[in-house]
Amino acid sequence: MVSPMTRMRVRLTFPAHLIQEPIVYRLVKDFDIVINIRRADVKADYGWIALELDGEEAALARGIRWLKETGVQVDPIEHDVVIP
Amino acid sequence: MEKLNGLRCRECGRRYPAAPVHVCEFCFGPVEVDYRYDALRGVVTRESIAAGPKSMWRYKDLLPIEGDVAVGHHVGFTPLVRAHNLADELGCREVWIKNDSVCHPSWSFKDRVVSVAVTKAREFGFDTVACASTGNLANSVAAHAAEGRLKSYIFIPADLEQGKVLATLVYNPTLVAVHGTYDEVNRLCSEIADKYRWAFVNVNFRPYYSEGSKTYGYEIVEQLGWKAPGHIVVPCAGGSLITKIWKAIKELGQLGLVDGPIATRMHAAQALGCGPIVTMIKKDTDVLVPVKPSTIAKSLAIGNPADGYYAYRTTKESGGFGEHATDEEIIEGMLLLARTEGIFTETAGGVTVAATKKLIETGVIPRDESVVICVTGNGLKTPDALVDRLEAHVKIKPSLSAFDQALADLKSQTAQEGR
Repeated sequence: MVSPMTRMRVRLTFPAHLIQEPIVYRLVKDFDIVINIRRADVKADYGWIALELDGEEAALARGIRWLKETGVQVDPIEHDVVIP
Repeated sequence: MEKLNGLRCRECGRRYPAAPVHVCEFCFGPVEVDYRYDALRGVVTRESIAAGPKSMWRYKDLLPIEGDVAVGHHVGFTPLVRAHNLADELGCREVWIKNDSVCHPSWSFKDRVVSVAVTKAREFGFDTVACASTGNLANSVAAHAAEGRLKSYIFIPADLEQGKVLATLVYNPTLVAVHGTYDEVNRLCSEIADKYRWAFVNVNFRPYYSEGSKTYGYEIVEQLGWKAPGHIVVPCAGGSLITKIWKAIKELGQLGLVDGPIATRMHAAQALGCGPIVTMIKKDTDVLVPVKPSTIAKSLAIGNPADGYYAYRTTKESGGFGEHATDEEIIEGMLLLARTEGIFTETAGGVTVAATKKLIETGVIPRDESVVICVTGNGLKTPDALVDRLEAHVKIKPSLSAFDQALADLKSQTAQEGR
């Protein structure tokens, strides 16, 4: 069964040890997700990217799980939605 | 009076008409309300403000509300207390407490932002408001939705203790407990806000919601006799409040309503267990490194604050600084404020008092300058923070002789301690 297509706006934050890894390339190639980068700030020891993800719901879920397992912080574009 | 230009992206400057949107469609930067200050100058005066109600709505002309106020008519205009006793303890000349622990109706400054968001939601024709919250925000959204006869959805993580949601449930919202990690709940709520035509107060209504915080700053200046204080110490969670208080002071200056120079230095206060903004300030970097919160100051526990960068910039622009407080120092701060001024604040207020103490001790705040400490929530909401820390001093049998003896014991104990 094909899962429905969906779109998400997320902010990825990279720790120092992942800055040199081709994370976004892997996200596109391995999970078949279409990405559109809107804004980014990548320095030698830290970086973030704000981007739009398009793909099947299940593929997006797998992609995000992989990002988190790899050590990338994945937040909604609003950062924290749950407010104390 | 046409007072609004609409919305404007804080990053790329792109303009949008006033609508329920919160991020720039091009760069995904946050958008904020853009006012026509030229139209407001001379119209908004000290007299026009004084003629308004004794609530935050006396500043309605400076808020993004175009029609009538729909809910929260009594929010704001909370006491600004001259804290002589606390000043003595801190060895400081002039200390003030801006006391939103008694803000109506739900006892925190969130009533300011929520009443603006809910009024704006009615203005845009929404019939449902929503938020995802574990505390003060949930209380306030549910209360104002009830008053405005709007439907409300409140999302919480499923493992939140029942006691924490009673002060929300009482207003009869639809409470949705979401099973999942904090990150999953966060992302789901973002998607829900995107999909349903609801006024999600801190998502699609964020530009309007956050403007409500400005009233806290307007009140400080008006209550000081239209003067800007030397220092303001602000608790930081998402980082919005400190930027909006600063914006408020600058707006009043722009409108010619402030006597004397504006030389206020804005200082950020955070818990050591969740202090990414203060870390930025201390390292003097514009890079915010997200943290996993671990602190008793639950109402400040935001590990990746949306306005962190802007909060940092506010302290930098105003010549302010920041301080962390440990859990122990937070409790001591709460107890100090209660003992000296009779004000029982939640842990966030303990953070602010503790941070102020450090800023004074380290000379960042000179002892002869005026300082306003921001107290933003009520201690009765989170008494658990003090469990095991306080106990009745004297336990006696119901007889006068037992009391006489206990009193004598207490006096001799006090005398010994004083020696």
